[in-house]
Amino acid sequence: MSATMDLEADRLARATIRRNARNRWIAYVTLSLGVLIFAFPIWLTLVGSSHDASTIGRGDVPLWFGPHAISNYVSAWLTGGEATRTTRSVPAWVMLWNSLNMAVLIAVGKIAISLLSAFAVVFFSFPGRMIAFWLIFITLMLPVEVRIIPTFEVMVNLGLINTMTGLVVPLIASATATLLFRQFFLTIPDEYVEAAKIDGAGPLRFFKDVVLPLSVTNIAALFVILFIYGWNQYLWPLLIVSDRDLETVVVGMTKMIGNGDAQNEWNIIMATAVLAMLPPVAVVVFMQRWFVKGLTETEK
Amino acid sequence: MATLSLDSVKKQFAATQVLHGIDLEVADGEMIVVVGASGCGKSTLLRIVAGLETATSGHVRIDGRDVTALEPADRDIAMVFQNYALYPHMSVFENMAYGLKIRGMKPAEIRRRVDEAAQMLEIGALLERKPRQLSGGQRQRVAMGRAVVREPKLFLFDEPLSNLDAKLRVQMRAEIRRLQKRLGVTSLFVTHDQVEAMTLGDRLVVMHQGRAAQVASPMEVWGRPADTYVASFIGSPAMNFLAATMEPGGGAAALKAGLAIGFTDGPRAGEAGMPLTLGIRPEHIQLGQGGLDLAVDLVEPLGSETVIHGTIRGGETLTVRLPIPARGIGAVLPVILPWDAFHIFDGSSGRRIEPA
Repeated sequence: MSATMDLEADRLARATIRRNARNRWIAYVTLSLGVLIFAFPIWLTLVGSSHDASTIGRGDVPLWFGPHAISNYVSAWLTGGEATRTTRSVPAWVMLWNSLNMAVLIAVGKIAISLLSAFAVVFFSFPGRMIAFWLIFITLMLPVEVRIIPTFEVMVNLGLINTMTGLVVPLIASATATLLFRQFFLTIPDEYVEAAKIDGAGPLRFFKDVVLPLSVTNIAALFVILFIYGWNQYLWPLLIVSDRDLETVVVGMTKMIGNGDAQNEWNIIMATAVLAMLPPVAVVVFMQRWFVKGLTETEK
Repeated sequence: MATLSLDSVKKQFAATQVLHGIDLEVADGEMIVVVGASGCGKSTLLRIVAGLETATSGHVRIDGRDVTALEPADRDIAMVFQNYALYPHMSVFENMAYGLKIRGMKPAEIRRRVDEAAQMLEIGALLERKPRQLSGGQRQRVAMGRAVVREPKLFLFDEPLSNLDAKLRVQMRAEIRRLQKRLGVTSLFVTHDQVEAMTLGDRLVVMHQGRAAQVASPMEVWGRPADTYVASFIGSPAMNFLAATMEPGGGAAALKAGLAIGFTDGPRAGEAGMPLTLGIRPEHIQLGQGGLDLAVDLVEPLGSETVIHGTIRGGETLTVRLPIPARGIGAVLPVILPWDAFHIFDGSSGRRIEPA
């Protein structure tokens, strides 16, 4: 009796192990496929940046590294490839520097403005508070692309074409970040506000001493998202900047792809693309810890 | 060290009248406990004294100075919140020092005051910790410390013990009382817990629907409740109320249950047949023949004592607390209601009727 029961239990246990193994195997195959689909273009770019122009120009798509990586990166970094008849080339470092400036200014600007507006909306009761909040909220429906013509005209009238200010300012207003901070501020217990009032802290003091320190992880998480948002801007920089010394790397790269007058230096373009990927990756890797913390936990 | 005086303080939120004019005089060094069920306006009253709410009308005076229009920071008060409201990113020291720092006190003086308060509250070893590293009782002490270092004219406590477990609550209750006596700071303590109210207060303010139903010492409130609400709120289990009518001459009442109760402390004014409510506390009812028969519904053993719920003739419920073990209590219990244990209330208004 007990022997047959043991046998039965044994059989069930082995079936479970087999099933688990099969499930694990399916999971790995699915994940590997996903990784392949996402990583393959990046792999091609990496490999392409290590061959000379003629290899890619012939139409070959090499799957393994070639011998020209160093010379390609040096030339991309310092000169941006050879100038053609119609366009001069811009070194990658100039474009990267411009992109970095833009992305940091946008991220910092957005965070600063949204922190302050969310603070006003949450902690003060003034007439028109909800109207102000909804006006901010409604701009969610008006991204840069929708209001691009009037915005461009305003920038022209202000003489901000071809300036870093003109590049950054229209992108700074952010309903999303305001909304995010508002939601976070709403979770700060009223008692902190009241304790601060009794302690004698004024609104700005409360902002600096209590609200800001509590928001650190949120700010870090938002910085990562906004930095990448700024770095990837394409349409607005394309419109507002014609001076190639102010060109961002995302726009500059597309301009490196010629119009058929001359052969594209795909090796240099690939190298520039790899360089353009590095700063966002660095930001994510560097701030990952705070990023995850900011999205998942609240310190209360 | 200060007096506090409230002069017909009223508060209205939109259409709701939350406070119907509260008058209160608090002497220097006195501990006043404001007690009432939730929604009675006790927290609103405290917040008006703190300056976190503005009164619709009336005046708040601290030490004779009208502070009605002043900001909380300018009232020279300190408050202990229900959830302590310790700033989570600041250490215990920083939490306690914050208010002093804002007032521009010198670091050396801040250090001295915080150290002194920390020693008094036995949290000296915790000064560098963050609030989340503290237990509930420790947080409570830090919140007290934050109030103490300010050396304010007035302590305000907003149900500070309600987040603690039962055992710690009893311990902290005693500590708060000791500390308040030692520092001699005038205090206002809000709670919904009648035991806290009885043990902590020099005087109680029993709030009911935005009014102060009674302002008196704990024993006075217990022994001579001003109306049926106060009588039912203070004391556990709650006082029993029995419907009755006045007998001719005002010297006795006839219970609906069919028993005559004589007024041992003197006759009351009132016509014969006037409706009365007679109150008697469960612990004053005794076991014995010649009174009423209690049909037992529920027996709650409390160890040395037993609380018995039941109904008497006429269907009224009666709760009895007897100093006997629960075993052997039958389905019907003969009880005696001693005449001198009764409280006499007006049957319609609920107010206490004193001997004429």
